Amino acid sequence: MSKFTRLGNELYTGKRSIDFVGRKWTWYAISGVIIVAAILGLSIRGLNMGMDFTGGSQYTVTVSGTVDQGVADKVRTAVGGAGVEAAADPTVTTSGQHNLIVRTKSMSTSENRTVVAAITKATGAAADDISQDHVGASWGKEVATKAIEGLIIFLIAVSIFIAAYTRQWKMSAAALVALAHDVLITVGVYALSGFEVTPATVTGFLTILGFSLYDTVVVFDKIKENTKNLRGSKRSFAQASNLAVNQTLVRSINTSTVALIPVAAILWVSAVQLGTSTLKDLALALFVGMAAGTYSSIFIATPLFVQLKSREPEVVDSEKRAQRARQVDPYAFVPAATDSEAPLSETGALENPEELRDDADEAPGGGVRRAPVAPQDRRPARPVREGGTAGRPQPSRQPRSKRGK
Amino acid sequence: MASKKARPGRTLIIFFVVLAIAYGLVALGGSWKPELGLDLQGGTRIQMIAKGHPSSDAMSEARDIIDQRVNGSGVTAAKVTTQGGNQIVVEIPGDSRQDLVDEVSQTAQLRFRLVACQDTCATSSSSATTGGGTASAPATGGSTGIAGQRAALGFDHKVPAAKKHKKAAKGGKAASAATPTATATATDAPTAAASPTTSGEPDQSGDISVDDALDFINNPPADQVAAFNAFTCPTDGANNVEDVPGKPLITCDDQGRKFLLSPAIIEGTQISDASSGIPQGGVQYEVNVSFHSSGRSAFADATGAISTTNQLMAIVLDGQVISALTASSRINGGATITGDFTQEDAQALANNLKFGALPVAFDKENGISSATVGPSLAGNQLSAGLWAGGVGLLLVMLYCLIYYRGLGLVVVGSLIIAGASTYAMVLLLSKSADFTLDLPGIAGLIVAVGITADSFIVYFERIRDEMREGKSMRVAVESGWLRARSTCLAADAVSILAALILYIFAAGDVRGFAFALGLSTIIDLVVFFYFTHPTIQRLSHYKFFNRGHRLSGLDAEALGVDRITVGGRA
Repeated sequence: MSKFTRLGNELYTGKRSIDFVGRKWTWYAISGVIIVAAILGLSIRGLNMGMDFTGGSQYTVTVSGTVDQGVADKVRTAVGGAGVEAAADPTVTTSGQHNLIVRTKSMSTSENRTVVAAITKATGAAADDISQDHVGASWGKEVATKAIEGLIIFLIAVSIFIAAYTRQWKMSAAALVALAHDVLITVGVYALSGFEVTPATVTGFLTILGFSLYDTVVVFDKIKENTKNLRGSKRSFAQASNLAVNQTLVRSINTSTVALIPVAAILWVSAVQLGTSTLKDLALALFVGMAAGTYSSIFIATPLFVQLKSREPEVVDSEKRAQRARQVDPYAFVPAATDSEAPLSETGALENPEELRDDADEAPGGGVRRAPVAPQDRRPARPVREGGTAGRPQPSRQPRSKRGK
Repeated sequence: MASKKARPGRTLIIFFVVLAIAYGLVALGGSWKPELGLDLQGGTRIQMIAKGHPSSDAMSEARDIIDQRVNGSGVTAAKVTTQGGNQIVVEIPGDSRQDLVDEVSQTAQLRFRLVACQDTCATSSSSATTGGGTASAPATGGSTGIAGQRAALGFDHKVPAAKKHKKAAKGGKAASAATPTATATATDAPTAAASPTTSGEPDQSGDISVDDALDFINNPPADQVAAFNAFTCPTDGANNVEDVPGKPLITCDDQGRKFLLSPAIIEGTQISDASSGIPQGGVQYEVNVSFHSSGRSAFADATGAISTTNQLMAIVLDGQVISALTASSRINGGATITGDFTQEDAQALANNLKFGALPVAFDKENGISSATVGPSLAGNQLSAGLWAGGVGLLLVMLYCLIYYRGLGLVVVGSLIIAGASTYAMVLLLSKSADFTLDLPGIAGLIVAVGITADSFIVYFERIRDEMREGKSMRVAVESGWLRARSTCLAADAVSILAALILYIFAAGDVRGFAFALGLSTIIDLVVFFYFTHPTIQRLSHYKFFNRGHRLSGLDAEALGVDRITVGGRA
């Protein structure tokens, strides 16, 4: 654990850093491959829509004795195990004292016979005691249309919110791309696994939507903070953003661990104990989506945002500034983790706090940074920032020639 | 920082008092277990068979309307399906919801008709010559069958325009009902002046035009009048008249007054919205109605015509008059119905207006059956879900304790408090809003743990970052709070935005989800602001934490620095 916390400090100071922004094409490629697989799965296998969306068949069984939950469970297992795909996950409920209601997806006549046989065998009812009906979808067009409408309005509103909060519409764009990435991957996993899409799944998707945006906003908030005073920093925009991601990395790991542990527990228990179940479907959607959500905030949203910004004059300036600073002072910025034993890094922190204070924000990693500097390079290397004097007039000292009489 | 002096202890005490009050309310409610959903507990199943052979479009429209009606708030998690072409099945969670059978099936078809006669009817010849003095009777009150039960009908912009007769007014004047009157049949000059505004064309739904309806009420055919005079209202309130839109209707309201009504001029489907409430600055409940375009023009024409004559317009639900209105001027926009409503009356009328427009009718005698249904999921799913959730939570707490040590205790405490708050809210909402918890809901609550814990993680990481910069814990707790707070507010704003928009725009299960999301996000914020932060503030005064004890989670080793700054001796 102490290694992990030590890593936390090093990530914070920038002493150790993973190049999330620089190696963007690697991440894009990884995500690209997964998304292509997801789309292929979606187009080849399609989604397995549950009977709440498609409607299906209903069997009303009249049993001679009284029915209880045990009988319902028995019938559920029997119908589910009958080997008919459409009836793999039937809904069985008791209704009143003597009736059982079995609902499955629509199926062919021969499959129908199999299911009826399974029911009669499990309940002992004669085939005449079973009446059959078609049931419509409980998740009709209306509900779906309204949900999609709400979703679109939400996405527009959230884009406006992020743009207003961060003052950068490009962050909204990057966040939406990350969101699409997460949703595509989750849908793809659904298509590939063949799990049934139920209203619970939809709920899961919406949770993912929320989580993905939530996580992205947390990371972007740090980027916003780190790039606020870019003019006064030796870092380029990309470097500052990368540092922000590194600084929130520990938080991201902790949050996703904490969020995924319960989901993983549900997934494991439901898969091992229950077989097919609502719970398993929901947990799978959540697990994949939340993992993708954390991943995309770091690996997709941030590099994409930096890339979107890379042509803006301010960002180009910062890039130049950072390059100059690097030429002048090769140790001002120590990018790679391999360099952790950089000379004099021990001298940094606390032995010389006075000196450090000026530069704490720009380069807290310590190291030699006052190499001889050519006059023309002094300007960018010595930035002027608002002081910590809270606006009080400060005493000034001017040359005698300038002082008034 | 020029802020108020922090009083973490006081905040904590207030927080716990509020939580205790919430549990006090739960205790008053008397149930300590939340209502479970259809999948876990079962409920009531209502099966309704439609009359005739409705089209599948009409059936699915009816399904959507009934869905709205039983699950309007989205938290009940009722399930409505069409079945076998002419049946609608409603499943509602909860032990016995027989009370809902009426609500679901009762209100079916809503229409607006003009009133030709009320209580008694003169023959067609005499009705045309009724003087203005009689016509003004409703305004003076007291002399007609509807006296004392007035309600005014106004414009959107609150021009009091008319009088309305309201059903079931408390203390309804049984005696006055006997007073013979020809209220609705006045036809003097002003009517003619008002009528030209009416269009002669039938409206979209095939109802007759307002002109024709006016003709009818001014000169009711003799056979209808005879039938009306022969008609007596059934004493038991059961009303078995057949409501056919294109034909006149003889029927009663629930006070036993009979009406002769014109063919329908506006169908219930023309109503776009209806709501009830007390207007700003007002003291009485009123019902606001707005129409789709064709309904609006028909309503404007009809009110324009009857306003000058003090004739009545009736709202007919399933063949029964639920309300009769008069108007004193033409109403072009939405209407406001005022009167001596109780909250329940106003709400019921608004609901009837809004959701009463079912395109199919149900066979009331033997087409509606209800039965208790068992849970649709095997019993082991709930226990497995809870078990998994419990294990998951335990692991989360363990992880937090190992990683954050002393601070981990705060996480564990915050999670327990958040859980307690959520449970209290779920119980309260079960009682007050029929909130039911189904399996996805339980999973959602378990998942919310992760999102809740994130606030604390963001905050703790901030504190650590601040301490790495050389601040002492007490300072870091405050400066870290400022930054963590804005991060969490921004991120939670996204969640609340999602919850709000989905709740407003979506329907059914999605609404339920939005509700749960909003609830857990708000609880997260409340716990974060009023429990976690003050607790940390409080703890920062203990040497165990601010001197960086090895188990506090804020020691030099945990921060990964060589030495931490201890308060006051930077």
